Amino acid sequence: MPGALPIADPAPLDGALPASVAVDSANRDWSVYIHVPFCRVRCGYCDFNTYTGEELRGAKRSDYATEAIAEIEQASAVLTQAGVAPRKASTVFFGGGTPTLLPVSDLTRMLAAARDTWGFMPDVEVTTEANPDSVDRDYLLALKEAGFTRVSFGMQSAVPHVLATLERTHDPERVPFVVEWARDVGLDVSLDLIYGTPGESLADWERSLDYAIAQNPDHISAYALIIETGTKLAAQIKRGDVAPVNDDLQADMYELADAKLAAAGYDWYEVSNWAKRDENPEISHASRHNLGYWLGNDWWGVGPGAHSHVGGVRWWNVKHPAAYADRIAAGHSPGAGRETLADSSKYLEHVLLRARVRNGLTTATLDADGRTAVAGLIADELVDARAAIGGTINLTLKGRLLADAVVRRLLADAPV
Amino acid sequence: MSPRASYTLEPASTDPAFIRNFCIIAHIDHGKSTLADRMLSVTGVVSDRDMRAQYLDRMDIERERGITIKSQAVRMPWALTDENGKEQSYALNMIDTPGHVDFTYEVSRSLAACEGAILLVDAAQGIEAQTLANLYLAMENDLTIIPVLNKIDLPAADPDKYAEEIAGLIGCDPASVLRVSGKTGVGVPELLDEATRLIPAPVGDADAPARAMIFDSVYDAYRGVITYVRMIDGKLSPREKVMMMSTKSAHELLEIGVSAPEPTPTKGLGVGEVGYLITGVKDVRLSKVGDTVTNFAKPSSVPLQGYSEPKPMVFSGLYPIDGSDYPVLREALDKLKLSDAALVYEPETSVALGFGFRCGFLGLLHLEIVRERLEREFNLDMIATAPSVIYEVMGDDKKFTTVTNPSEFPGGKIASVSEPMVKASILTPKDFVGTVMELCQSRRGTMQGMEYVGTDRVELHYTMPLGEIVFDFFDHLKSRTQGYASLDYEPSGDQEADLVKVDILLQGEAVDAFSAIVHRDKAYAYGVLMTERLKNLIPRQQFEVPIQAAIGARIIARESIRAMRKDVLAKCYGGDISRKRKLLEKQKEGKKRMKMVGRVEVPQSAFIAALSGEVEAGKEKK
Ligand SMILES: Nc1nc2c(ncn2[C@@H]2O[C@H](COP(=O)(O)OP(=O)(O)OP(=O)(O)O)[C@@H](O)[C@H]2O)c(=O)[nH]1
Ligand SMILES: C[S@@+](CC[C@H](N)C(=O)[O-])C[C@H]1O[C@@H](n2cnc3c(N)ncnc32)[C@H](O)[C@@H]1O
Ligand code: SF4
Ligand SMILES: [Mg+2]
Repeated sequence: MPGALPIADPAPLDGALPASVAVDSANRDWSVYIHVPFCRVRCGYCDFNTYTGEELRGAKRSDYATEAIAEIEQASAVLTQAGVAPRKASTVFFGGGTPTLLPVSDLTRMLAAARDTWGFMPDVEVTTEANPDSVDRDYLLALKEAGFTRVSFGMQSAVPHVLATLERTHDPERVPFVVEWARDVGLDVSLDLIYGTPGESLADWERSLDYAIAQNPDHISAYALIIETGTKLAAQIKRGDVAPVNDDLQADMYELADAKLAAAGYDWYEVSNWAKRDENPEISHASRHNLGYWLGNDWWGVGPGAHSHVGGVRWWNVKHPAAYADRIAAGHSPGAGRETLADSSKYLEHVLLRARVRNGLTTATLDADGRTAVAGLIADELVDARAAIGGTINLTLKGRLLADAVVRRLLADAPV
Repeated sequence: MSPRASYTLEPASTDPAFIRNFCIIAHIDHGKSTLADRMLSVTGVVSDRDMRAQYLDRMDIERERGITIKSQAVRMPWALTDENGKEQSYALNMIDTPGHVDFTYEVSRSLAACEGAILLVDAAQGIEAQTLANLYLAMENDLTIIPVLNKIDLPAADPDKYAEEIAGLIGCDPASVLRVSGKTGVGVPELLDEATRLIPAPVGDADAPARAMIFDSVYDAYRGVITYVRMIDGKLSPREKVMMMSTKSAHELLEIGVSAPEPTPTKGLGVGEVGYLITGVKDVRLSKVGDTVTNFAKPSSVPLQGYSEPKPMVFSGLYPIDGSDYPVLREALDKLKLSDAALVYEPETSVALGFGFRCGFLGLLHLEIVRERLEREFNLDMIATAPSVIYEVMGDDKKFTTVTNPSEFPGGKIASVSEPMVKASILTPKDFVGTVMELCQSRRGTMQGMEYVGTDRVELHYTMPLGEIVFDFFDHLKSRTQGYASLDYEPSGDQEADLVKVDILLQGEAVDAFSAIVHRDKAYAYGVLMTERLKNLIPRQQFEVPIQAAIGARIIARESIRAMRKDVLAKCYGGDISRKRKLLEKQKEGKKRMKMVGRVEVPQSAFIAALSGEVEAGKEKK
């Protein structure tokens, strides 16, 4: 039926998965995402599932790690029940919120639970997000010792007035220190940047880029600021207190970022992500965890509001930490809703996600209409001609800026 | 006051001497239908329990808008008592008519079925443009006029003043102008007495072959076509075979009767009577308004003089928003046509809007009503192109082209263009005469004269291009006179003018829906208006899009939509892929509603907004 939403069902109380998820599971990489839904203060632009109270309707922040570990145990049982043979995890990612707001022992306990449950691949990538002002050297050292391999700092900008508009509380001068400590203890480092903040000039952005590049991180993410409905910033813009975001300026900023990053030795591998080129071409600094999302791998998302995907079934947990705690305490699955992807939805996602990844989409996997559309995309300089002739869709710089339009054109005739 | 009739005259055997046929005519909203309600109550044909306001306005759209669109005839009993106390019953046939100028043809048909007309005037408003127009029509038909002031219950009513006004107009004694309230019923029995006394009885030859004038023909889903007739001569009876004189087609009378006001079968209809016929035909075109019905066995050889068919004056393209609704639209128009003979249409295609129909209407209200009925009764979502009139274009080769759609305007050299003109009468309080004259002049009007109506109002006469009137003239007239002015117009031939076609081009391609035929002096203004509108409405594309206005090959205005440079959601959604996919699915749905002009994707909503002028209206509100 055209236009109908994918089947979204309530998730069963025991979280049971259909046997279909086990098919071919041995050939898919396995990842774990652990959500930590706490922040000290909420930034004005942020709509992530995060909360600032120490205690939320009876759910204590200090009990959180124990609850998450309980979900990991449930996960193991549910997967075994569905016939999925245990797979060693390739990546683990702690995201937020601000995971580093928890005592480091909480993070290491949760990581240990995942390791005890599934085991880790020898080259496992273990990342945590961190706020520059929420960690010190000892904290980072403890992470490294517990098995973390990578830390992603929310730097956002180097310019005080931009950070102020974003309501970021950290001191940009602290970034070089945390980066240095992380490197020193042996962690890979990524920096998150946001561009196109109201009031931010192209020169401001250049300053932030230069500053980030000067830290010589292994990886940089640069996100165009999205004004999410319901956020404080959206309200400020609606009232006229803050200028709206300018798309053209954001485009200029993206072009500047791509040029500067390329010149500094960072190659894009996804629309908003750049990885440092290594002398050894065998080594990539791309985030393997995030690539897993885009390439359709399996992962379990632990924690309030976390999303999971296993073998064509997507589900998501209840959002509020108190609701989550109640479910876990009752021995129930925290799942709130799920959908079993129809083939047409799988195809849509395949194109949608992979088109954004460098060399992520091969023309052979497109349907006939999609393959026909490629010619027009080449003519409009949105996809790279040489790569396309070789069988791969690679967005040009212009194409990355218009990636959603490219996807719509590739899927123009695909059924929904 | 007369009592209700204690006995009722049988249809088919009523002596014409005791029949009175009249209609109620007035300006829009002066209370015709409400007065008709009171007549239905007072005569007892509708009980108080069944009564509801504007009883005869039966269509949903009439009830919602509170206006009459179709005339309705009702037979009612009434009695007069003479000096000796002797009661005589009468049969009154009353026709409630519409007041809006678009439906003047309904009024003229009704008049032809009557010997008298109640000229109703709102006692708080006085004579208006449509009062004058309808009075004129009634006099043309030699009807006996009974002037009546209505709404005397209103605190603002000034019956003395307006009685003078009416007396001045028709040359009667102000004291003879009756005063009623359709709301409270006061004066209504007296009015019926007076109408019975003054209106002449119909005359006809009872022994001659039947001749009945068809004055209305409506399609009913259950009963087929219902034909409303006024008997002139002879008699029609149930089950007999009748013949339509123009087509010579014969039908059996399955039912014959009178509206009282529900259809009530009778033993027939005789001289002077008004009633309905049902023959089982399914197509109103087989039972044409203006045709004469006669007996098949002993037919008359002299048809009655018919009516001139109403001619469409305003044209507009109707397009389903969802292209797959096209067959539904076709069927819907075919159905509406059954009960609305004035509606004409033919298929048309538009680059911008797809498949649709070019439709002809009597005026803007007619257009609006048809459109609303299509949307409501057939569940269609539609766009209507800007209304246009009929132009006669002569090329250099002396060849004439009739243009009802600007896109049919011939290319190449044009020798002359002529456009339909109207005689417009505008009635306005005298303080607004200046602004009304300014407005008419700006719409290329030529003043033909003006005269006082009463002491404080003026009637202005203009000839004006109809094309200027259909383009929001009435809204401007109302807003410049605080709502006081009223307008009436009638066709008055064609006239040459310096008219040009302005095309609007998107990336060099003409968007047919926006082409317009305008006076040369206004071409630039139109070009600027439309290019700016579109610039604000069409979303940025992956390339720059020039928007131009052109007369032939000459560009008179231009704008451009800069290329969109960014169309990508940058944020990592973590694992919430479902949200991203649903967003894409929504965008894909949205794309279905996009129309392609060349390579330019234009949302349907942009066309709708540009056609309706919502852009500027929205700005003013801010
Ligand atoms: N106070 C008062 N209001 C009246 C009277 N007669 C009619 N109205 C009101 O005037 C408005 C118009 O009445 P209608 O009877 O629909 O007028 P109409 O002349 O049939 O209108 P069209 O058919 O559209 O030309 C309605 O709101 C009535 O309630 C009256 O005698 N007194
Ligand atoms: C899951 S967030 C949380 C990371 C951490 N709590 C922090 O803020 O530093 C990951 C990244 O998403 C980006 N982000 C968050 N909200 C955004 C928005 N509204 N528009 C664009 N990017 C956003 C920021 O760069 C942020 O570092
Ligand atoms: S610190 Fe990060 S997760 Fe927390 S409110 Fe700010 S942006 Fe959102
Ligand atoms: Mg009425």
